[in-house]
Amino acid sequence: MSVMYLMIFVSFLIALGFLGAFLWAVKSGQFEDTYTPAIRILFDDDEEIR
Amino acid sequence: MLMSSSETISHAAKGISCSHCGEDCNEQIISVGQQIFCCQGCQLVHELLHQNNLGNYYTYEKNPGLTVQRRHKNHFAYLDQESVQQQLLDFSDGSIAKITLTIPQIHCSSCIWLLENLFKLRPEISQTRVNFLKKELSLTYHSEEISLREVIELLATLGYEPRLLLDSQGRDQTISVKQAKPYAKLGIAGFCYGNIMFLSFPEYFSFGKSVTPDLLRLFEVLNLLFSLPLFFYCSSEYFKGAIQGFKQKIININVPIALGIITLFVRSTVDVFAQTGSGYFDSLAGLIFLLLIGKFFQQKTFDSLSFSRDYQSYFPLSITKIQEAGETTVPVKELKKDDRVVIRNQELIPTDSSLLSEQCEIDYSFVTGESTPVLKKRGELIYAGGRLIGASIKLKVLKEVSQSYLTNLWNNEIFHKQQHASLTTLSNQISKYFTPIVILLAIGAGVYWLQEDWHIAANVFSSILIIACPCALALSTPFTLGSTLRVFGRNQLYLKDAAVIEELAAIDTIVFDKTGTLTHSGSSKIKFYGEHSQYEQSLVKSLTKHSTHPLSQSIFHSIQAEQQLTQNYQEITGRGIRGEIDGHEVILGSLSWLKSQEIHDQQGESKVTKNFDTTQVYLAIDGNLRGYFGLKNIYRKGMVQVLQQLKKGFQLFLLSGDNNREESQLLPLFQKANSLFFNQSPEDKLHFIRELEEKGKKTMMLGDGLNDAGALKSSSVGIAVTEDISAFSPACDGILGSDGFNKLNRFIQLAKISRHIIILSFIISLLYNLVGISFAVQGLLSPLVSAILMPLSSITVALFATGGIYIAAKRLEL
Repeated sequence: MSVMYLMIFVSFLIALGFLGAFLWAVKSGQFEDTYTPAIRILFDDDEEIR
Repeated sequence: MLMSSSETISHAAKGISCSHCGEDCNEQIISVGQQIFCCQGCQLVHELLHQNNLGNYYTYEKNPGLTVQRRHKNHFAYLDQESVQQQLLDFSDGSIAKITLTIPQIHCSSCIWLLENLFKLRPEISQTRVNFLKKELSLTYHSEEISLREVIELLATLGYEPRLLLDSQGRDQTISVKQAKPYAKLGIAGFCYGNIMFLSFPEYFSFGKSVTPDLLRLFEVLNLLFSLPLFFYCSSEYFKGAIQGFKQKIININVPIALGIITLFVRSTVDVFAQTGSGYFDSLAGLIFLLLIGKFFQQKTFDSLSFSRDYQSYFPLSITKIQEAGETTVPVKELKKDDRVVIRNQELIPTDSSLLSEQCEIDYSFVTGESTPVLKKRGELIYAGGRLIGASIKLKVLKEVSQSYLTNLWNNEIFHKQQHASLTTLSNQISKYFTPIVILLAIGAGVYWLQEDWHIAANVFSSILIIACPCALALSTPFTLGSTLRVFGRNQLYLKDAAVIEELAAIDTIVFDKTGTLTHSGSSKIKFYGEHSQYEQSLVKSLTKHSTHPLSQSIFHSIQAEQQLTQNYQEITGRGIRGEIDGHEVILGSLSWLKSQEIHDQQGESKVTKNFDTTQVYLAIDGNLRGYFGLKNIYRKGMVQVLQQLKKGFQLFLLSGDNNREESQLLPLFQKANSLFFNQSPEDKLHFIRELEEKGKKTMMLGDGLNDAGALKSSSVGIAVTEDISAFSPACDGILGSDGFNKLNRFIQLAKISRHIIILSFIISLLYNLVGISFAVQGLLSPLVSAILMPLSSITVALFATGGIYIAAKRLEL
């Protein structure tokens, strides 16, 4: 059963990793504007239309 | 000049739209190659973009451009001042500066693309980022190479003139900090909830048989650790709210919630340390997680709207001041008494002043609602807030901006009263009775069991507090109001926050402003009384084209005819216009002026039927009076039906700054003769509403202009009606788009229904509580029963609340 202790520890670490990633995303402002990036990604790179 | 040789200018035909802005080319058509433009401004922007490889602008959206507003060349000169820059810039170290600008014109993906490619136009601008929902542009530039003024001027040339506010009030930098928190709190609460549930499951199913006691013990300790951030970080708002309530000597909804959370945490911690049980950490985590979700759901904010503007947002930031050395541009706030200033066509008068020029016409529709411009002569007093129509004038400042007639309204105490979060909300009222009952019940049951065993007594006491925690009530409010806010938002009613809905449900009196609220602002119905041929119409259209006077503009747009060349054009301020077209002399203006111009009244004045409820502009061609143009305000679509519906349930009033020309038309729509008030000043409106409120009436005020600002603020619910929701509107509780006006009655009905739904949800949660309490008083509330019962009641209530609102909205066709 001692493997349970290890698994709980590992699962806790993984979960903590995701929580950290989420908090980082909040802090870096990814939730402040949820609309513009969706449009921005559709723009072409420097295509010239004259 | 940028004009190319292939350019041709011809007069408008219907149905041709500008390649840049997509508007109909009403006045002229400039065609360059295959492109067609409605004005030179559009053409210049188009060419500028093409020369800089920014043609993509036209590929993402069809006709994305904006009509460029022409500005005087020194309009932005005040931006060169150090003190102004300091107020506007977010950051500056001498070489790099950052600024966040609000640009209401941002409307499509082409806008985003162009603004984020500004560096192609001016490499000195290093980075630009658009926030579409907030309509904000954050911009970084090299301040040694390009000045702030040049940056703003560049934006203005492209049609994206930012809305600049010197007052820090308008720039809420705290918002981004506030917004970040609910996400982080929600995330952490979710994380802890998930892990606690995960660690509690073995106990639910095995009841301690197949899992070793050591492992169960570890789970209990881990649960305790996971609940620490929940208790100390995620639920802090409820504790703060409860303390705030105590300070104001009321028991608000936060009190029983905080009590429940504390009891859950203390009881569970004691259980784990004393090894008397595994505690109620799962219930605690579920409760806090659901509460935060509810809070999150209610926080429906309309990012691009501002509900707290004052006069400073309306006034120009800068003004041209005449000094000995010549004209300089200074911030409006720095104006002193006896300063001399220049006001140009279409500019606002920033402060009370006297006229130095011969005469001028001022449009006060913005302040008084009166739609016809007022003639002022030399030496007359001109109040702040008027808009100049016609040639530039010089003024002598009589009062500083903050002391003027209009801004005095904001010195009224009503604008300084700090408004507390509504204390009368339904959930707080319920809590006032609910909380003492629960506490008494808990003590009573505790005392009863104390005769047997103090262990059981403590157990029962805490169990009752836990199960009676009104989480369902706390959830029903945000879910009901949050859904209602969303339904309102879909129908163009944007409320400041959820508390306004409860105020809306309680109103019994509705007060309307007339101009801009009941009537369309800026458009009026024009009818010609008399006879004129198609040819004569074209003469009138050609003449009115040259005048910027609102009456001329209205007449110009009402006529569909060819335009011809006008010669010897003359505009006499306050009287009318005249000119020679195709050999005919055409005169438009007031009757008295026309008479003084030796106009022969062939038809006989008596034949021209008089209609006194309209503004009249008389027309004479070749010395003969032909009749007059009557201008009527257009009432909003569905106004009559809305007023008739509202009349049944509410007391209606009309407060208008305009004259009583239309009284006879409006009277049948209101109940009594004494419910219509005309010629009301902004202060009159404020005092009228305040008197009603003091009499115990709950008023809703609907207004649009700055003149309604005091009334909007002093009413229970102040709603600003506007044609364009991103345009300026005064401080208010909500903004109503003009298309939503005919749904006014249904909005109030839905607000009332949402109140009923909150009460019904409370009854549902009470039933759950009764079941739970019956377990608790017997000392039988196991962690498992609690863990099932509490989330179940919360989820039932949340579903009931959201579902109820959406069904009600569907029935009301909202």
